[in-house]
Parts: sequence; structure tokens; C-alpha cells
Amino acid sequence: MSSTIKAAAANPTARSGAKPGGTSAGAWLLATPLAIVLGIFLVIPILMLVVVSFLDYNSVQIIWSFVVQNYIDAVSSAATWQTFAVTLKYAVITWAITLFLGFWLSYFLAFEVRGAAWQMGLFLVCSIPFLTSNIIRTISWIPALGRNGIVNSVLLHFHLIHQPLTFLLYSQFAIILAFVHLNTLFMVTPIFNSMMRIDRTLIEAARDNGAGFWQTILNVILPLSKTGIGIGTIFVITLVMGDFVSVSIMGGGQSASVGIMIQNEMSQLQYPAAAANAVILLAIVLIMVFLILRVVDIRKEL
Amino acid sequence: MTETKTIDRRGLLKGAAAVAGTAIGSGAMTGFPTIWAQNIKNITLRQFGTGVSNLNDIATRCKADTGITISMTAMDTDAAAIRAITQPNSYDVADIEYFTVKKVFPTGRLQPLDIKKIKYYEDIVPLFKDGKVTPTASVGQGTAPCRVSYVEGASSTKFAAAPTEWMTLIPTIYNADTLGIRPDLVGKPITHWKELVDPAFKGKAAIINIPGIGIMDAAMTIESLGLMTYADKGNMTKAEIDKTIKFLIEQKKAGQFRAFWKSFEESVDLMASGEVVIQSMWSPAVTAVRSKGIACTFQPLAEGYRGWGGGLGIAKHLTGLERDAAYEYINWYLSGWTGAYLNRQGYYSAVLTTAQKYMSPNEWGYWMEGKPATAAIMSPQGQQIAKIGDVRDGGSYYDRIGHIACWNSVMDNDRYLIQKWNEFSVA
Repeated sequence: MSSTIKAAAANPTARSGAKPGGTSAGAWLLATPLAIVLGIFLVIPILMLVVVSFLDYNSVQIIWSFVVQNYIDAVSSAATWQTFAVTLKYAVITWAITLFLGFWLSYFLAFEVRGAAWQMGLFLVCSIPFLTSNIIRTISWIPALGRNGIVNSVLLHFHLIHQPLTFLLYSQFAIILAFVHLNTLFMVTPIFNSMMRIDRTLIEAARDNGAGFWQTILNVILPLSKTGIGIGTIFVITLVMGDFVSVSIMGGGQSASVGIMIQNEMSQLQYPAAAANAVILLAIVLIMVFLILRVVDIRKEL
Repeated sequence: MTETKTIDRRGLLKGAAAVAGTAIGSGAMTGFPTIWAQNIKNITLRQFGTGVSNLNDIATRCKADTGITISMTAMDTDAAAIRAITQPNSYDVADIEYFTVKKVFPTGRLQPLDIKKIKYYEDIVPLFKDGKVTPTASVGQGTAPCRVSYVEGASSTKFAAAPTEWMTLIPTIYNADTLGIRPDLVGKPITHWKELVDPAFKGKAAIINIPGIGIMDAAMTIESLGLMTYADKGNMTKAEIDKTIKFLIEQKKAGQFRAFWKSFEESVDLMASGEVVIQSMWSPAVTAVRSKGIACTFQPLAEGYRGWGGGLGIAKHLTGLERDAAYEYINWYLSGWTGAYLNRQGYYSAVLTTAQKYMSPNEWGYWMEGKPATAAIMSPQGQQIAKIGDVRDGGSYYDRIGHIACWNSVMDNDRYLIQKWNEFSVA
């Protein structure tokens, strides 16, 4: 008896989907190209990275013997901790500013702008700076912010300052500015996407129940934008944590980041040391992503 | 103009004679001496090296003179060292610096070069042989080229203390580096290295962010201040590295530095924009700032210069006809045209006698003898560098090269230096 019931239960699936058994084979087949690509370009390189991080080296070559010295060197050096702390600081500050900007830009696009065409149009405007490369967008700040740059010239011309402001360039201010400029869109896009999916009747209902502007934001819009904020956060944090170009250009070589530290080690052929730092960085970023995922269920959005 | 052309022809004929000579010499090995001259036209040699000498003009001229195609890749100093060691099959000719050789040669990626095949060997300046510019001059500290110029035998990777018949690189280029200044903005004469950290230039100084070179500039400054003397600035003890980095960190925290530059272009921009008025600099960067119409001086200083030199090496894997072509290319390189081209950029050619034939007496007087220009001095690209009456910064060849205090180096405590340099970066 039970077998008939099973067959009956299985039947609808068989009719509506692919053949039984074939479903999983087909799924595997469909997943294969991606698995191969990720395997070759992500999994294998990371495994190699981990292997190299445990090898010894001298000033010219890697020596094939297993050591943990690279990790001991990294962890026991105050410079490593400082570098990670400074990188984390850039990430957190950039995250806070891009979140603020991203949230309100998205709010404006999603709720203040009327009409899908205008919304999409303005959203595309936001993405225009992204038509050029990261490096060009970073370097183009230099003539604006320099000692004799546009900003200082204008301020001096209007007698708002008497000495050129030197903190504008080759400083932490400059680094954060570049990061915010480079990464705000990564916050805007997912938050805007989340906000567009919010059922407008919920907002009307909130208003009907006497909620003010801030109450609506806090109790309706913010919770419903959480997935977008989560995705944006992952983008911004991982991009800033791994950066070395913006920090070296905008910091004038005066500031460190984990990326620069790794690059320095590689340029001195200290691949195992660089690999060890890369593994530590990877671990930290993964932990951060894991924590973000604990707070926000991103799959809701997908 | 016609005169230069005849010299060109003569040079060409000489070159042709060299080809014939080498062809006969190598005939026994290849067995096809007669078709060798034609074969060589089809040969492409892959060369990589730093931006200073990997110039398309040189490759174009080489093709016209010898028929050999040189495909050049320019990269920064660090990247060149990495390429030399980690991708030995990706190049045929390595155009690298002597302090890079100290790292590269012991790995066996390059083959020792037979000086008997180098036509102008006798004419190579003594700096690369016994290290003495003049018989009485002393050899500077650090990885001076003469310390890594020779190896003990045809298959040796061990540096020889005195000249042998086997060279690591055939030298091509060298110079004496010092601080670059903006004479219009510094507001006083600059005479010593210590002025890099003069409080008057607070927030307007910069140094190079390549650890091995930057620390030497710092050491020159520290010695100039009288804070410490080094046994060998090019090979510091750990204690010396600690003290030097501590000094740099103090200066950084006090806000002395505006930036730390890594590439040639960055140093030009820092100087041209006025962000910086005194900094570590390279000769062509000074020229580049000047060609924008901005005053810039490559300031000679009392304590002397930091020297560097480079040359051409041949990859281990190169054999037969291709190796002969590489030797032929090196012989062409030293035959004068390239030497004059490099001299006109403010570097020096390893063989001066041949380069002189390709330069006018005015050019030779300005670049080599420290004489006032009798006509406008032009760069190889045709931009005016100096006007009538101008004298080269630092004066003559002997005044500049004779005062090299230390050479670009790889230290024994290299790994420790990088760690400390990272501390400086993050401070």
C-alpha cells in the first residue's frame, strides 16, 4: 500500500518537473561550468595561497619546507596589528559614511522621485562615475586637493583661508574621501533594490496609524531594507579591506593598509610572508561577512 | 649633420666588421658562418628592465643597425627583480641593476658573459672593473658594481673579488643620484643631505618608498646631521636599521614628509606641482620637471652621491645563434649611439669613448666636462633642457661619479629591513 502512495506522491513531481532522478543529474550538469570556473580560479588559488603561506623563504626564493614562522612573524609584529587596525578603521569609517549616503540617496530615489522612468534614470546617473576605472577616479582627486589645487585656490581666492590646507591630500582624510567616492554606489544599489520592493501600502498603513516620518523610517523602511544594507556592507567592507591602490595614491605613500603590506612583501619576493598575511586578511574578512550574514538574511532578497 | 651621418656609417661598418668577426669566431660552433648574417635578422630577443633604458628608440635603432628585433618590456625596479628570478624563461636579455644582480645571479638564472666576445671590453670604464673612477678614488659603500661584476668561471654563480674573464652583466648605464630641489621655493642654498629634514621644509619633503634605496637616503641624512656613522650604509646591522627607522618615524610623526613616492611619475608630479620642494630624485625626473618650464636642480651635496648602475645580462637558457645575437646586440649597445643617447638624458654610458663620437663638442662639454653650454642643450626627444651658458648640476663626470658615497644595495639583513620599513609605513 505504502508504495502506491509513494508513487502517487512522486507522480506530480515527475509530471511538472523533469524526469525523476534526471532532475539532480541535470542540476549537477548545470552547476558544472560554474563549479569548474570557481574551482580553477578561486578554490585552487586559495589552496595554493595557504600552502605557500606555510613555506620558508630566503631573499630570492621559496624553500619547500613546512614552517609556521610566517604566521609567527606576522602575529608577533606590532606593525602587523597596527596595519590591520588602520585598515579596519578605514573600512568602518567608510562603511558608516557610505551607509548614511547610500540609505538617503536610495530613500530619495525610491520614495521621493515619482515614476519608474525617473527613478531608473537618476539611478543610472549615480553609476556614471563608474564608467572610468578606479585608479583614474582616485588620481583625479590629486589636482583638486593638492597644495596648489582647485580647492585650495578657491578658498584662498575668497580669503576663507590664509594658508593652503595640506590635510586635503596625502592624508587619512583624502583616503576616506576616495573610498567613499569609490564605494557609495555599492551601497546605493542593493539598498535601492530593497526599498523598491517595499510594499507601499505598508507605509500608508504606518501613516494611517499615526506614525511620523522618523517612526516610519525606523519601524518600516529600515527593517525592510536590511537585506540591501547587508549586501552593501559586504561589498564596501571587503573592497576597502583589500584595497592598496587608493591608500597608496591618496595617502601619498604615508599610510599603510594590509594590501600595501602584502604588495611590499611581494615586491621583495617574500611570497610566503605575503601569503600568510593574505590568509589572515581572508580569515578576518570571512569572519566579518559571517557576522553580517548572522544579522541579515540575505537570501530573502535573492 | 652630414658629419654625424658619416660617423654613423663608419660605426655601421665597424659593427658589420664585428658581426663578421664574431661570425667567424662562432663559425666553428654553429657550422654555418655564411648564412649567419642573414639568420640574425630574423631573431627577436625579449628584453625586460627598468623604464630608464627600456626605450623604444633604442630598439628601433638596433633593428636598423643590426637587424635584430628587441622586444622591450619596461617595469619598476622591484618588478624587474621578480621577473628575473621567477620567470627565467620569459626573457632572453635582462636589463637590470647591479644590486638586483646580487640577488639574481646566485640563483643561476643568468649565464656568465665571456669578455672575449665583448668588442669594447677594454673601453668599459674602470668603475665596473676595479671600481675606481680615478686611480686614487675609493670605492663607495654598498653593492658597488665592481663587487658583483665578475664570477669565478663560465658556469659559476659565485662573485669574484677581482676581475676575471666572466662578467655577470655587461655594464651599460649608471649615474650619481642626489636630492632634487625647487630652487625657486627652497629660499636658501642647499648644500648638505641634512637639509632634507630641515624644519623649514616641514611638510614639503619626500623620500623614495623603495626600502633598500629609501633607507640609504635616510642614512646619508643621518650621517650629515652627525647623529651616527655607518660602517657600511649599504649593509647595515640590525641595530643600525633600528636607529635609522626610528629616525624616519620621528620625522614622519613630526610632519616633515609630504609623501613617499614609488614611481618616477609620482616624483615628477610631486615636484612640478609644488607639493614638495626637496626630495629623493632621479636624473631624468629632474629633466622632466624642467621640460615643463619649472625650475628644478639635481643638487650636488657635500656628503656625496648615491650611485647606481645597470647592464645587460643573458638568460641561462639562451644558446647558439640566439646567444650570438645577444652578444651582437650588446656590442652594438656599446658602440656609441646608445651611449650618446643615454648621456643626453643625464646618465652615463659604460663606454665613453664611443659615445663621444656621437655627441657634438658642445654636448660633450656640457654633459661630461662640466663646461657651460655653447648652444641650447636638447633632450633626445627634442625638448630644450639647458640654454647657452648653463652648466650641468654637479659639474663634470669626475666631480659627480668621483663622489659616490654609497651604491644602491641589497643588504644581508634584507628581510629585517622590510619588516622595519613596514613599521615605518604604518607609523
